[in-house]
Amino acid sequence: MSEIFSAFAIAFDLIISFDRELYSIIKRTLYVSITAVALAAFFGLLLGAVLAVYRFPGRRAVIVVLNALMGLPPVVVGLVLYLFLSREGPLGFMGLLFSPTAMVLAQFFLILPIIAALSHQFLRDLYLEYKEQLCSLGAQPNQVVLTLLWDGRVNLITVVMAGFGRAIAEVGAVLIVGGNIAELTRVMTTTIALETSKGNLALALALGIVLVLGAIGLNAAAYTLGGVSTYRRI
Amino acid sequence: MSTLPLTLSDVSLQRDGNTLIDGISLTFSAGSKSIVLGHNGAGKSLLLRLCHGLMGPDAGSVEWAERNPEGHRRQAMVFQKPIMLRRSVRANVTYGLKVNGVSKTRRDEIADINLKRVGLEDIASRPAGVLSGGEQQRLALARAWALAPDVLFLDEPTANLDPAATLAVEEIVEEIHGGGTKIIMTTHDLSQARRLADEIIFMHQGRMTEHTPAPQFFEDPQSAEARAYLKGELRW
Repeated sequence: MSEIFSAFAIAFDLIISFDRELYSIIKRTLYVSITAVALAAFFGLLLGAVLAVYRFPGRRAVIVVLNALMGLPPVVVGLVLYLFLSREGPLGFMGLLFSPTAMVLAQFFLILPIIAALSHQFLRDLYLEYKEQLCSLGAQPNQVVLTLLWDGRVNLITVVMAGFGRAIAEVGAVLIVGGNIAELTRVMTTTIALETSKGNLALALALGIVLVLGAIGLNAAAYTLGGVSTYRRI
Repeated sequence: MSTLPLTLSDVSLQRDGNTLIDGISLTFSAGSKSIVLGHNGAGKSLLLRLCHGLMGPDAGSVEWAERNPEGHRRQAMVFQKPIMLRRSVRANVTYGLKVNGVSKTRRDEIADINLKRVGLEDIASRPAGVLSGGEQQRLALARAWALAPDVLFLDEPTANLDPAATLAVEEIVEEIHGGGTKIIMTTHDLSQARRLADEIIFMHQGRMTEHTPAPQFFEDPQSAEARAYLKGELRW
């Protein structure tokens, strides 16, 4: 029991004393996940809106596949990306394996389907509501896409946050393509896994606390934004 | 050259094996206020959507006098339930101008003029979603009016409104008409039709049974269906 308390004590000490190793891991984690989310948000939201507005052959198939990929196991994403990026793989010449860029790619592929599928579901409903009015005003399909993205922005931020939560909490994919190399590709979740197995509970716990606090902060932000949007729709 | 007259030739619309619009031939000429009357489900809203171009007919044709792409911008529509963009009142008006390529400064000018015309200038920066039903319908009218259309379609614009809001909408419609815009409006409210109509198009089960000047329609309807409809209403 006292071990747990002392681990907590050391963990808090690491956090409030701005431990260099701890904060460099947090910084790297944020860099990887925020970059991945930014890219996935750009392509995912656009894809979601295009799927909501345009009718083309294969549209239903794309939607079904995206919905299925929402539950993609991170280790599978990591494995497939590993095969592509490894020296013998088709993209091996780029030398990206075990780099932060590879981790960004892994998280990108992991959350792209989530952002695209969730935003499509929401934007499809918004499009049904707007369709006749926008058509009546003479809006072209590309203008309709931008209108939906802008008018749906509050809900879409929540969608992007869901993607961010998935990216930052994920271990398997970044572990495989990143390699968990100290000072280079070690992020919060992979460090927690490693340090726990080494018995260094304090650092693992400190990172765990930061992750949980981050998740609470994120949800509070999403809740506040949702509250604002409810007010706006009264 | 005006976009009118609008000519429908033998227009039909089918859905799931049902004929919803059945061989309507009709010409809307400039100037007058045309009111489309009929029971619920007679096909009034569909007729308006076909005219406006929101749907295409399965048979027959809908032809404007002027056939350039600009023609679409010379018409506007107000729906039974106003569709408010999740933006400010003013942005709802400027949006229609923006998609039609009006410059930013002109957009703001036109929006302010039209919001003033419908009495919403004081709440121009509020989110449109918080407006009352009557205010939303007036905003929808301002949005349509801002496009300076040759033709304004109105699909039961007052069906959800109380008498005061209905009166406000009717006054605005009269004012838009006074500016030279052709009005084509559906209603099932006979007294409203009496107040507004120059001519009546009476529809029954997807067919047009009558297209006559309003005084004649109310004095001496030509079709049996219209007579029955007027009688039915008189019982109330």
